[in-house]
Amino acid sequence: MENSLKSFVFKSLRPAIVLFVILSVITGIVYPLIITGAGQWLLPAQANGSLITKDDKVIGSSLIGQNFTAPKYFWGRPSATGPYPNNAAASSDSNLGPLNPALADAVKVRVAALKSADAENTLPVPVDLVTTSASGLDPEISPAAALYQANRVAKARGLSAETVQAAITANTKNRQWGILGEPRVNVVTLNIALDKLVK
Amino acid sequence: MLSNTPMFSNAMVQVGLYLVVLFVMTKPMGIWIYKVMHGESAIANKLGGPLERFIYRPLGTKPEQEMNWKHYAVALMLFNIIGMIAVYVLQRWQVWLPLNPQHFPAVSQDSSFNTAISFVTNTNWQGYAGESTMSYLTQMLALTVQNFLSAATGLAVVIALIRGFARHTSKTIGNFWVDITRSTLYILLPLSFIFAIVLMGQGVIQNFDAYKEVTTLQTTEYSEPDATGKPAPQTIATQILAMGPVASQEAIKMIGTNGGGFFNANSAHPFENPTPLSNFLQMVAIFLIPAGLCFTFGLMVGDRRQGWAVFSAMAIIFVCLLSVALWAEQAGNPILTASGANQTVTALQSGGNMEGKETRFGIVSSALFATVTTAASCGAVNAMHDSFTPMGGLVPLWLIQLGEVVFGGVGSGLYTMLIYAVLAVFIAGLMIGRTPEYLGKKIEIFDMKMTAIIILVTPLLVLIGTAVAVSVTSGTAGIANPGAHGFSEILYALSSAANNNGSAFAGLSANTPFYNTLLAIAMFLGRFGIILPVLAIAGSMAAKKRIPVSLGTLPTHGPLFVTLLIGAVVLVGALTYVPALALGPVVEQLLMTVIK
Repeated sequence: MENSLKSFVFKSLRPAIVLFVILSVITGIVYPLIITGAGQWLLPAQANGSLITKDDKVIGSSLIGQNFTAPKYFWGRPSATGPYPNNAAASSDSNLGPLNPALADAVKVRVAALKSADAENTLPVPVDLVTTSASGLDPEISPAAALYQANRVAKARGLSAETVQAAITANTKNRQWGILGEPRVNVVTLNIALDKLVK
Repeated sequence: MLSNTPMFSNAMVQVGLYLVVLFVMTKPMGIWIYKVMHGESAIANKLGGPLERFIYRPLGTKPEQEMNWKHYAVALMLFNIIGMIAVYVLQRWQVWLPLNPQHFPAVSQDSSFNTAISFVTNTNWQGYAGESTMSYLTQMLALTVQNFLSAATGLAVVIALIRGFARHTSKTIGNFWVDITRSTLYILLPLSFIFAIVLMGQGVIQNFDAYKEVTTLQTTEYSEPDATGKPAPQTIATQILAMGPVASQEAIKMIGTNGGGFFNANSAHPFENPTPLSNFLQMVAIFLIPAGLCFTFGLMVGDRRQGWAVFSAMAIIFVCLLSVALWAEQAGNPILTASGANQTVTALQSGGNMEGKETRFGIVSSALFATVTTAASCGAVNAMHDSFTPMGGLVPLWLIQLGEVVFGGVGSGLYTMLIYAVLAVFIAGLMIGRTPEYLGKKIEIFDMKMTAIIILVTPLLVLIGTAVAVSVTSGTAGIANPGAHGFSEILYALSSAANNNGSAFAGLSANTPFYNTLLAIAMFLGRFGIILPVLAIAGSMAAKKRIPVSLGTLPTHGPLFVTLLIGAVVLVGALTYVPALALGPVVEQLLMTVIK
């Protein structure tokens, strides 16, 4: 290395270290603290996880899916988190490739479970109801997946089809601004609403 | 085959809206970057000037004193190596440091090393799962900081390269300390502040609480191996919600094209990306600075058409590959149909290949995100690429292999694309038998040597790295999916690391000493093996005389040049990678049509 370059290396050590420290404090401490302050002051419900409480007890977050297997509940997207489904401290997906036999087997098992819980249902099984979500924590299903389960839930709870349909509609979101994303039904808030109607 | 379906029309509208927003933002963003990097913005000088001067004072150097390319490179390397040491040390010491409510232990040596290189090189490859590994302090002071500084490094390099083209008979290409400081204070920080608050409005969390235990509606039964290793039935009536300062990190993760998620599921996690709107804005944020830089380039070289020409080449490649991804994912997987699932698109469901995708994003917002995040060297994901159909997965993989020049990373996208522009005029010069020139600068032997290094360094890393990984047992041990797909997982990992993308076919178990080391080397050489020759070209161009436009000059602002540029990118990318792609996604696609 040329001599002038070597001396430049030593001369640059101080500005490199000092600038790194200053910019670290600004971007790594000051910036996140200001955002936290703004969030806790302006948007506390969202900043703390969109939690749902019942009788002063937190029963979930409207953004985080829960595991439902009972016939009286709408079931959500299958979850690939470990060691149990919908583990919100360990988000994960299946990472199964499209041709992996394990994927076909898992889908077949889920289709069979849906059919055995609701033998007379002749609707086609919506793909989102039998494939794992990307996060393992998806709180939502497609309107088709809700419709598929409506009869089973109505029967298990002794509710009329109209009541259940009204609850589905109340927990359905359309595309944002009519354009973005997909229409969807929040399974967590829907099941909470149904629990309020009949335990 | 998709026409007259609700999905088809919505896909057009969503993609169209995205392209319009991107196009509209390009010019204002480009002007803003130009002004603040030249100290010409009155607002920035008034609000940030005192802070900027306060920062320069203890540096012991004069901010107006410019550097030649070698000094610039030395300053850049020192600054980045200090960053690596800091990220490594913070991970290793997090157990003794504050803001660790879950009491996470020190991260392992090889994982810390990999993550340090990964975040400093703007790759944000993640062998670890964020919510079960990193303390809040590590996320903020190690990872968020590098989200800013690696993006600022990219901005500094591209501005230095453009200065090289814009100047003539000059020994210097700028002052690295000033470029880094201005990029951070005036471009990355203000955008992150605004974006973080908007994200919180959509539901992204931002707190320092310990993880919250909530009582779920239904108890869950599952089985877990007991002490003797036999599966034992368990029940759980609660759910533990991971918490943390997510919004502040999420904002710069997208704006800086970093892509390293706070959580393992990245932008698929509802706490990182809760709504279709937050998703749309994240996609806009990825392309915002890379697209704006095209306009900045035009301004700096004194001919806006030069910038739009590069922008057009990028946009055309983007739209073509996006169409393939959208088609493949919507067409779905025949094996899912054979297993009893209905993939038809209707008004009530998005249909298509929904394995590894979120309901709120469906097919369109997932395929669009996957294309954006790999066209840019972002690497955030809102759907799992490993579970994409073979052709749907080929698009992200090949976009990465093209060298991240389709808008690309912050700074890195444009500086690599400008090297391809040099290559394009060189090839054109050979064809017509004239000395190649670009922006009034003669392209000479030294410039072409450096260009050759830049074009060859990542293919060498990807192909040799993949060959090594598939030849040794510690490499094949990580494969999750059988057959051709397993090869694709390894090829994707090396492509992602060497091109500093950071997304993955994530079934691959890469948090092992073998992969942590191999991928760290690929990331380091893939980043600095390009930055150093780029700076050398910047210095060489700056020193040249400007030659006047003559009849023999190839205009570099028209459709002919755009075609040449696309040709150079696609040809190099195709010739290099088609054999490897044939062994992975192509074989898989052929198999998919025969197995049902």
